[in-house]
Formats: sequence, C-alpha cells, structure tokens
Amino acid sequence: MADKAPAMADGNGARPKADGMPVEFCGLELRHPIINGSGTFDAIAARRVFGESLWREFPFSAFVSKTITLESRIGNPPPRLWETPSGLINSIGLPNKGLDGFLADDLPQLSELPVPLIVSVMGTSQEEFARLVEAVGAREEVAAIELNVSCPNVKSGLIVGESPEEAGSLLSRLRSLTGVTLIVKLTPNVPDPAPIALAAEQGGADAVSLINTLRAAAIAPATGGPWLGAERGGLSGPAIRAIAIEQIRSVSAAVSIPIIGMGGVSSGRDALDLLSAGAKLVAVGTESFRDPAAGSRIATELIA
Amino acid sequence: MSEQAVEGSALGARVEAPFGRRACEVTRNLESGGYRIFSALDPSGPEPAPGQFYMLAAESGWGFEDGRPYLARAFSFADCEPEAGGLRLDFLVEAVGPGTRRLAASEAGTRLWVTGPLGRPFSPPGTLTEGASGAILVGGGIGIAPLAIWRRRLSGAGIPARVLLGFRDREHSGGLELFDCSEIRLASEDGHTGHRGYVTDLLSVMLEGDDATGAAVYACGPPAMLEAVRTLCASAGVACELAMEAPMACGFGACFGCAVPMADGTYMRLCVDGPVVRGEEIETALIPGSGH
Repeated sequence: MADKAPAMADGNGARPKADGMPVEFCGLELRHPIINGSGTFDAIAARRVFGESLWREFPFSAFVSKTITLESRIGNPPPRLWETPSGLINSIGLPNKGLDGFLADDLPQLSELPVPLIVSVMGTSQEEFARLVEAVGAREEVAAIELNVSCPNVKSGLIVGESPEEAGSLLSRLRSLTGVTLIVKLTPNVPDPAPIALAAEQGGADAVSLINTLRAAAIAPATGGPWLGAERGGLSGPAIRAIAIEQIRSVSAAVSIPIIGMGGVSSGRDALDLLSAGAKLVAVGTESFRDPAAGSRIATELIA
Repeated sequence: MSEQAVEGSALGARVEAPFGRRACEVTRNLESGGYRIFSALDPSGPEPAPGQFYMLAAESGWGFEDGRPYLARAFSFADCEPEAGGLRLDFLVEAVGPGTRRLAASEAGTRLWVTGPLGRPFSPPGTLTEGASGAILVGGGIGIAPLAIWRRRLSGAGIPARVLLGFRDREHSGGLELFDCSEIRLASEDGHTGHRGYVTDLLSVMLEGDDATGAAVYACGPPAMLEAVRTLCASAGVACELAMEAPMACGFGACFGCAVPMADGTYMRLCVDGPVVRGEEIETALIPGSGH
C-alpha cells in the first residue's frame, strides 16, 4: 500500500499529521493506530462536501467501508436517530447499493483513498458471506474484509455473532475460500464476547473488532410508543465506552489475534485506554459525527 | 447551474467546506421577538451559498442537561458579511430543546464549533422553470432564516422576490429585521399581525391569480407548511424548492440518519442531497421525527 501514501503537499501546519506512531496490522503498515468504525464515515459523500481537503487531511490510517450486502437495501424508515445522554441510538438498516453496485460505483472511488481500504460485508447465510468474500477479496484495491456478523443466519435463526458455533463454522468456510485478511466484528449484545472471539480465531479469523453498538430503544414523547421507525437500534458514543473497555479486556485475554477496539472514543486519552485494554488499533465512530476530523485529532493527542 | 455571477460565485452553486470543525467566536446575540439572532465570526471558511447550513455546537457547556446536547445542531445561515477577522455568519434560533437552549444562551466572546457550509443550496428560478424570472419566498417561524439571505442574493442578481412570512403567535415570531425589504406580507395564526391564518393562505391566493406566472417558489418552515406549499405548487404547476429539516447527527453524509422518503420509493440523505429539495423529488415533506 506504499503507493497509496497520501500526498501531503501543502504543508498546512494547522492540523499536525499523526505520523509519529506507525503500527503494523495484519501485514499493513499504518501511519497511526486510529481508523474509523464501519458505517460512521462515508468517504465518497464527505469528498463531495469537503472536496480535496478531505484527501489531503484524511483522518484515518485505514478506511473501513459501510457494510455491503449481496442485494441493495434502502435502509430503515425514519426516524433513524435518537440522542441520548452522551450518546446516540441509530437505526439505519444498512442502506447500500448491493455487491454489484458497490463494485461498479463505489470501489473505483474508494480505490483513490490515500489509505488502505477495509470492506465490511454482511450476509444472511454462509453462502451469501462466501459470495461477498470471494468477490470483494478478489479485488486488489481491498486490503482486508470485515465480517459484520450482527444479523441472523436465515437457516439457523441464530445471530452468527452471538453463537461460538455459528461464528467458528462461518470462519472455517470463508478461510477455505480466500487468503485475504478477515476481521470479525463482534457484537456486545452477549454476556461475554470472548468465546465467540476464540471460535472465530480457531476458525481462521485474522483479527476481531469490537464493540458494535448495544441494542437500544427510545420512547416517542408524543405517543409513548417506539420513537425509531424500526423500533430498536444500536447505542454508540461515550455512553458505551466503559463496556467497550471491559469487553476488549475479556477478548484480549482469550485470543492472540489483533483486536480493533472501539466504543465511545472521543479523545487521545480514550484511545489510550482501549489500547491499554488490549486493542492494537482503535476505531472512531460517533465522535466523527461531532468533529469530522476527530480521527486526526485523536491520533495527534495519542502521540502527544 | 446559473451563469449569473454574484460576488464572484455562481448563484446556486454548492460551496465546499474546509475539512473538519473550527472554533468561531460569538460576536453578538440579540433578542428578536421570541427568537435570538446570534452571529459568529468565521475566521477561515468560504462564503456559503443561500440554503446551505452549518453544524453548530457550543465549545463549552455542551452536554449540560443530563448529558445532552451531545451532537452538534444543524442551522441554515440567515446572512453573512465579511468583517475584520473573518466572515460574520448570522443564525436565527428558537430555544426549544437542550441544543437550541444552549446556543441561544451563547454570550459574545464565547466560542462555537462550526462545520460547514454544508448541503445543497437554493437554485435560481431560471434553473427550476425555463424562463422564470421571479421568486416567491414562503417562510414559517424559525424557517424564515435562509429566505432572508436568498432574498438578498436574488435582489443582487436583479431577480424580483416577493416575501410571505407566517408565525404561530407573538411568542413564536421574530427575525423580521433579517429582511432588508419593506414589502413583506405577513400571516399569524393568532392574528397579532397580518392575515389571521396560515402563510399558505397567502400563497394560495397568489397562485390562484396570475401573480405566480414566471416565478418559482422557495419555502422553509415546519413540515406541515412545507407539505402544503408542495401540494399547492404541484396543483398550480409552479416549480418549488423546499429547505427541509430532519434529525441529523453529522451533516456530511456519514451517519445516514436524515433519511427523507423520495418519490421513487428510496431515501435521500437530506444533509448531502438536500437540505434544499425540489417539490417533485420527495414523497412527502411530513418526515417522521422532524419538527417535533
């Protein structure tokens, strides 16, 4: 990926570049340990808004795409958001163009990123995951694949990320198909994610990432019914950081593959806490909504 | 996009934002009826296009009410003017929740976090309807803000604009001084000023006559008002643009929260594909969760 090194030409000193903490992750040489959480930063839309300044000041050392599925999805009906004390519930529903639309429209644009690209995929069966991983993993623009396993397997009815057997079986199947780096995004909606992480590792996963959002809901003030169009969503933001720290500690004690830690990171101090808990990389999500350049700021604070 | 040049930029052209958020000093905060007009001095941002918006948060005291507000809040700008030290941005705010209460309380000398300009601006009448040479601006409540700067820019380009503004009652009105024109037709639901009733009553009369010939309609206000404007314009065959609002976490296309149902059955992200939309693009202006 050295040929994708950013051209930091303008020498703008206003935002120090976090080049002082390079890290190796599954064979990738990254400038610093801060990446984005899937679904929390759309580089294509952001480029429309911020233009080339986004590419010059790209805040993450690797970029994780929004989750793609085999077929296109329009997403959940609104309302999709609810602000909580120090957090946010979202119920977006994975809107995306589907595999074909992603490969045709989005991948060419994402291949211009100044950092390595990690593509997030989600299937509702092992067959769907296999098709996604084979198609995406075959593209040289893709440095790694993250598996979003927070959905039910339509055949077993079990949520893959909540069952060690399902997770281990899925990884064994996918490992036999591809040599591309596979990262498993773990759900926090279990008593302890460590057994699932261990099963994923034994199945052949190269890394795990955690935590995804916590299942949550809000009440509409006017009706007393569910506020969100899809009734339930996932909680993110500083409100969940303490849970992330505990779950990262638990997984770190159970597996030897690297961990991408995330959950409410808003500052370099928060990132340091997740690294101390056992993460090798730290992903920033909701904080980017408040500060689009949060990734760079947090990386800089981490090094200072 | 129009070829007409206004102060060096094409009228209706989207302006890119510098990447990231920046600290801007609040330079004034004035009472205006039931609202506040506050100004922030933007040291480095570009001149925005009317209809674009900013994400705003107070630098301190954000999160003061039980951990809220947490996210920044979206505001259209009502005016902008170069001043010593940067570009003065004017915003109209009504204190209705934790975010607007905190912003309404911002004192001169304190600082805001500002990201923007964001989103898609208003388009000139000639780009909405071939040959259209005039504009009708319809504003309701706090939604009059982006119409104030749009009227100035239209006027500067020699495009005549008629202004119709409506308010609920005396406590929920203000900001008229943002309009530097004398010919404003007013409506109020309580009858304290102008026509007793809705601002859309005034628009309806205008559309029924031949007043709207050669004009495009621009509206900003509560969802029910926007839907009424959309329906009236569709019936009259007059092009309209609506500056809309939806619950929004980021403002730059990252969160996918501000989904607006489109006429084709899909959703648009209002922050990047709006906030200004054409009437026929959307299924309804009555978006669940907005205007609550």
